[in-house]
Formats: sequence, C-alpha cells, structure tokens
Amino acid sequence: METVFTPLASLTGGILIGIAAILLMLLHGRIAGATGILAGALMPAGFADWSWRVAMIAGMVTAPVAIWLLSGAMPAVQVPVSTLALVISGLIVGVGVTFGSGCTSGHGVCGMARLSPRSIAATLTFMATAFATVYVARHVLGG
Amino acid sequence: MRLLSAYLIGLLFGLGIALSGMANPAKVLNFFDLAGSWDPSLVFVMGGALVTTFIGYRFVLKRPAPLFGERFLVPTSTRIDMSLIGGSAAFGLGWGIAGFCPGGALPALGTGRIEVITFVAALIVGILASRVVMRLSRPAPPTASAHRA
Repeated sequence: METVFTPLASLTGGILIGIAAILLMLLHGRIAGATGILAGALMPAGFADWSWRVAMIAGMVTAPVAIWLLSGAMPAVQVPVSTLALVISGLIVGVGVTFGSGCTSGHGVCGMARLSPRSIAATLTFMATAFATVYVARHVLGG
Repeated sequence: MRLLSAYLIGLLFGLGIALSGMANPAKVLNFFDLAGSWDPSLVFVMGGALVTTFIGYRFVLKRPAPLFGERFLVPTSTRIDMSLIGGSAAFGLGWGIAGFCPGGALPALGTGRIEVITFVAALIVGILASRVVMRLSRPAPPTASAHRA
C-alpha cells in the first residue's frame, strides 16, 4: 500500500507530540508514555492516579473527532494486514511494552529526551526488530 | 483544572499523532520498508517530537516540582537487563507485524474503526497477562518474606 511522503505534516505533528510531553511533565510531573498511561488506567493505584490517565486517554481518542469537525474528514487509518495479524500483533506489543517498560512515546521520545541509557537501548532494539520484521514479512515471506 | 489539563494534553498528543501519520499503520509499515515502498515521514515525527521534548525538558526539569504534584515522577533505574531488551525486541516485532504502537493506536481508536478496536483489545489482553506473569514470577516483597521467616 503506497503512502505519500508528508514531511511538513509529520514534523508539525511531531512538534505537537513534543509540546504535549513537555506540558504533561510541567503540569503533572509525568512521562508521556502511552504504555504507562494505559497500563496505569487499567490497574489504577487510587482514584486521583486513575482519573488523570482516563482524562488524557479521552483527549487522545477525541483527537480524530476534532480533526473531523475541523476538516470534514477523519485522519487516514489504512490497515494493510489481516484481523489475525492485528490480534497477534496486539498481544505481542502488549507483552513487549510491559516487559520492556515502554514504547515509542515513553522510551523513543520522553526517555531519549532525558538521555536515559535504558530508553536509548530500548529504542534502538525495537526500531531494529521492527525494520527486520517488515523486511522479512515483505521481502522474504513475500506477504 | 487538573483533569481538564490532562484531557487537553491528551487531545494535543492525539492531534500530533493523527497529523503526523503515526495513527496510520500503512504509513508506519512503509517507514520500516527500506527495501520497498519507503516513506521517510516518520523520521520527521520522531525527530520533531524528540528535539522539542529535549529542549522543553531542560527547562521543566530544572523547576522544583510540577504544578499539580509534589515531585517529577521520572524513572531512575539505569539497569539494561533482559526484560528491557527482550521486551523491546518483542515490541518491535509486534509493531512491524501490524504497524500500530500504543501511542498511535489510542488516538486512532477515535475513528471508530474495527481494526483499531481489535488491536487495542489484544494490546490490553497482552498488557494484563504480562502483569499477572510479572507479579507471579517476582519474589515476594521483604515484609511478606519476613512474615514467612
């Protein structure tokens, strides 16, 4: 499935993600990691801890609706894989980010921005296996 | 104020994700497909987010405390162990299979697409199952073992 190179929209989006991460640290003193925020919402450590996480996730989920209201179109979500692949992928990602203590936002953005050695190691690892997986799936197995 | 700000920060994060293309698995998978239909957009997403956060954190983390809290809750561990590397390797494998990462999938839920709901449901099962395994395999906390002794 071909996609169009969007440097300006992607850079702007990246800067917005960065501003959100800065504001979450400034106001709430928290790392903006999707894994940690979701896991804490699923297994809350008290109401105050649970409520900010749910509020933040609600904000994330309403973003496409806000874009739809402003532009008349939902952001593109093109899924070029089967339902089975989605389920397997979701399970593996869930296990991986839990044992790995974070994902692209927590390690790749916030942890790298703090120059955390753990986050740098994690990010290099998951980027490497993601590149390898897509190479194998598309060019070796020919999916 | 605390909850409203968390909501607005989530909204800003989600807008960034949606605008950048991170919520679109086809775009993410093409970024990882160097030997095929490579789409370098994600370099700009991660670069933009990382540089912005790097600069912002320099100022924020110099402050004594966050506005709505007593202290900054930042991980202090520096140990690079098997759990970190093995878990991250598995995350990359799963990310490469379908193109969704947690931060991309949560905002994508707002489109109401069944594919996103399917992925997030499996993601939640994976997280909860791993937490159970972690809790069972972790040695009992000092107070509990002291009881036993």
